[in-house]
Amino acid sequence: MAEAKVLGLSGNEAVAYAVKQADVDVIAAYPITPQTIIVERLSEYVNNGELQAAFIPVESEHSALSTCVGAALTGARVFTATASQGLALMHEILHIASSLRTPIVMAVVNRALSAPINIHCDHSDIMNARDAGWVILFAENAQEAYDLTIQAFKVAESHDVLLPVTVNLDGFIISHSLEVVKVLSDEDVKRFLPRRDPVYPIDFERPTTYGPLALQDYFFEVKRQQADAIGRAKEVVRKVGEEYGKVSGRPYPLVKEYGMEDAEVAVVALGSSVGTLRAVARRLRKEGKKVGVLGLTLFRPLPRDELMKYLEGVKVLIVMDRAVSYGSTGGPLYLEVAGLLFRSDLRPLTLNVVYGLGGRDLRPSDVEAIFNEGFKCLERGRVEKELLWVGVRE
Amino acid sequence: MAFVKTIKDIPKEEYLAPGHRLCAGCGAAIAIRLALKALRGPTVIVNATGCIEVATTIYPYTSWRVPWIHVAFENAAAVASGVTEAFRIMEKKYGVKRPDVIAIGGDGGTFDIGLQALSGALERGHKMLYICYDNEAYMNTGIQRSGATPRGAATTTSPAGRVIPGKLERKKDLVEIAAAHGIPYAATASIAYPIDYINKVRKALEVDGPTFIHVLTPCVPGWRIDPSQTINIARLAVDTLVFPVYEVDNGKYRINVMVKRPKPLEEYIKPQGRFKHLLLPENKWLLDKLKEDVRAKWERLLKLVNL
Amino acid sequence: MKEIFKMPESAFKGKATWKEIPIGGIIPEPATSLRYKTGSWRALRPVLDEKKCVRCLTCWVYCPEPAIERLEGDAVRINYDYCKGCGICANSCPVKAITMVEEGA
Repeated sequence: MAEAKVLGLSGNEAVAYAVKQADVDVIAAYPITPQTIIVERLSEYVNNGELQAAFIPVESEHSALSTCVGAALTGARVFTATASQGLALMHEILHIASSLRTPIVMAVVNRALSAPINIHCDHSDIMNARDAGWVILFAENAQEAYDLTIQAFKVAESHDVLLPVTVNLDGFIISHSLEVVKVLSDEDVKRFLPRRDPVYPIDFERPTTYGPLALQDYFFEVKRQQADAIGRAKEVVRKVGEEYGKVSGRPYPLVKEYGMEDAEVAVVALGSSVGTLRAVARRLRKEGKKVGVLGLTLFRPLPRDELMKYLEGVKVLIVMDRAVSYGSTGGPLYLEVAGLLFRSDLRPLTLNVVYGLGGRDLRPSDVEAIFNEGFKCLERGRVEKELLWVGVRE
Repeated sequence: MAFVKTIKDIPKEEYLAPGHRLCAGCGAAIAIRLALKALRGPTVIVNATGCIEVATTIYPYTSWRVPWIHVAFENAAAVASGVTEAFRIMEKKYGVKRPDVIAIGGDGGTFDIGLQALSGALERGHKMLYICYDNEAYMNTGIQRSGATPRGAATTTSPAGRVIPGKLERKKDLVEIAAAHGIPYAATASIAYPIDYINKVRKALEVDGPTFIHVLTPCVPGWRIDPSQTINIARLAVDTLVFPVYEVDNGKYRINVMVKRPKPLEEYIKPQGRFKHLLLPENKWLLDKLKEDVRAKWERLLKLVNL
Repeated sequence: MKEIFKMPESAFKGKATWKEIPIGGIIPEPATSLRYKTGSWRALRPVLDEKKCVRCLTCWVYCPEPAIERLEGDAVRINYDYCKGCGICANSCPVKAITMVEEGA
C-alpha cells in the first residue's frame, strides 16, 4: 500500500496514478496525442500487476466508449481517456453513455478539433460535446487533474447522479508538464472511494433490457429524468469537493476565485489559463488595480448561483473562450455567462475574448493587455468591440 | 457430442417471448429464438440496432427473458467486448460469476457499419459469440442494399431499373473475413437446418474465445416472399448452393450439409420478388454472374475442405 | 436509489410520469411483451387437426413468435393471442395437420 507522498508527475501521469488508486475494473481506450501517456501508464500498471483491471486496447475511440458502456452496465468501475478527433469520433456514444446512466469517468486532454489537424490545446473538443449530458470538470494543473479524477468516480457513481463524468486537462500545457503533485495514500483513496455500488447492474435473476426503443410516448420522460439527474449533480460535485478537502487538505469549490471581494474588472476562464490570469492579477493588484479572476472547476452543470454571487460589484466582466461557436454571437462560455447576467439584475459591461486556439500561447503580456482593455471600457463607460481575438495575427 | 440430436431434444425454455413486432413469418425471429435454445447458463445478449432490436424492445414492452443490451448500430462487438471483459475481471477480483456473452447483429450492423468493431473484437480474442442474422439488406430502414445483398437483387437503393437492373456488386463473404482473423470457430447456419444451427451455437458458446455464426434469414417484405415460405426459401438457398452450410473449426473446413444434387438457381430465384427481374432475357447476363458467384464459392469451399 | 423490478401499470397505459419509470429507459422486468397481443394482426388463422398430428414438433420449432406451445407428450397447442397467421406451421407440417383458414370466417 503506497503512502501519501509528493511526486513529480505530468498531468497525464497524475491522471493515470489516480485511476490506479481508484482501482478501476475496466479500461478501454485508443491512443491519441496528447492523451497517450495516460493509456500507456495504465497498461504498464496492469501488466506489472500494480492494477487489477481489464485493459482493452480497442481499435477506435467509438469502440472505446462503446466498450466502456458495456462494461459499466455490468457494475464495473470504468475509465477511458481521449482528445480532439477521438472525442468527436465517439460523439454518438457520448449521448448514449449519459442517457443509459453509465458512471464512466473519462479524461479529456483538450486538443483542437481539425481541420487543419493540430495536436495542441484548445477547448473546441469538449465544447463540441457540452450538450451530451456529461458532468464536465476542468483542471487547472496536474494537481487538480489528479484530485479531480479521484473525485470524478465518486460523483459519477453517486446514486443521486449516475452520469458519466469528464475531467478536462489542457493538452500539452497540463498533460505534458512536469509538476509537483501531492498524492494521497492508497488507503485514503480506498476509504474515499470504496468499490462501486451499482444500480440496476446486469442481474441474471432479474433480467433487464437496457437501451430499448422509446417512441413519442416515452422518450421525453427519459430525457426529463436525465436533465433532473445532471441538475442534482451540482450538489454532489460540491459535497464531494468538500469531502475531498477534508481528506487531502485541498478543498474543491465549484468556482475558484481570486480578488473577487472588491474586483472592478474581473475575468472568468476554464483550464490552465486560470493560473496565468491569476499570476498577472496578483501583480496588477500590487499596482493597486482592482482585478479579479474566476475559474470554473465545474462547467456542466453550470454552477449558476456560485458564479453569480461573485459578480456583485463587478463593473467589467471579461469572459475567456478557448473555443469558438461558429455563427453564434459569442464563444461557448461567453454565451452561458452573458445569459446568466441578463436573467439577473447585474449589468456589468461584458467582453468576450477568444484566445489560444490550436495551442497559441496566452502570454502574461496578453493577459495584461486584456485587463487594460477592461479598464479602458470602464473609463469609457462602454464596450467598443464586444469580441476580442487575442493572439491571432490580424 | 452434439447438444441436440433430434427436434425432441431441443429445450422447452423460450428466452424470446411472443408479443414482439417482427413481421409475420420473419426469418430473423426464428433464427434468434432457435439460437437462444442453445444457452447453457447465465447469458448476456448485446444487440445492434436493427429489426430484431427495434421490434423486440419497444418501451415498455420487451420480449427478452435474459439481460439484453442495445447501445448503437455499429458497436455490438465493442459493447460485447466490454461486457465479457468486465465479467472476466470481476470474476477474478470479486468472484462474480462469468456469463456467456452473445453479440447479435444484422448484416447491416455486421458486414458494413459494424465491421470495424467486429474485426477489433475478433483480433483481441474476447470470449464471445457473434451471431449475424443476414436478411441481405438494411431491412429495418426499408430494404436498402448492404454489403451482404447478393448480386442482382433489387433493393430500394439498388432498384431493378431500366439502365441498372439491381445490385451489380457481389456479396461480401463474412465467414471468410471472420475466419481470416484466425478465430477458433466460424460457421454458417440455416434456419431450415435447426438441429445443425442449435448445435453450432452451443459449440460456439463452449469455446473460450471469439466465435462467429452467420445465419441466413429470409425476409418477407424485403425478399418479397409469401410469409409461409420462409423456411422453404431458406432450404432452397442451401439446396441451390447459394448458401452453403459449413464451419471452419480451428482453421479446418467442414461442409455440414452436403448437397449432392444441387437444384438449379432458378428455383431459388422464382419465388422471390426481389429477383424476378433476373428472369427477363435482357438481364440474363446478371443472372449468369450470380450463378458464377455461387459456383465459384462452392468450388472454393470444396477445395478448402480437402486441404 | 430504490430499484424497482416491476414496471408500473401506468407505463402500459402510456401514462407513466418521468418520476415513476426506472432510470435510463431500462425495462427491468422480463417479457413484458406478453401484454401485447399480436394475434390481432392475423388475416389467416391456423387450425390444427389433432387427430392428424404426429407430434413431430416441426411446427413448434419454426414458429417465429413463438405462438405454438409444446405440451406434455409433445402435443402442441396454438396460442391465438400471439399467432400472426404467417402459415409457416401449416406449410412445414409433414402430415398437413394444420390448415390456414380466413380469420373471422
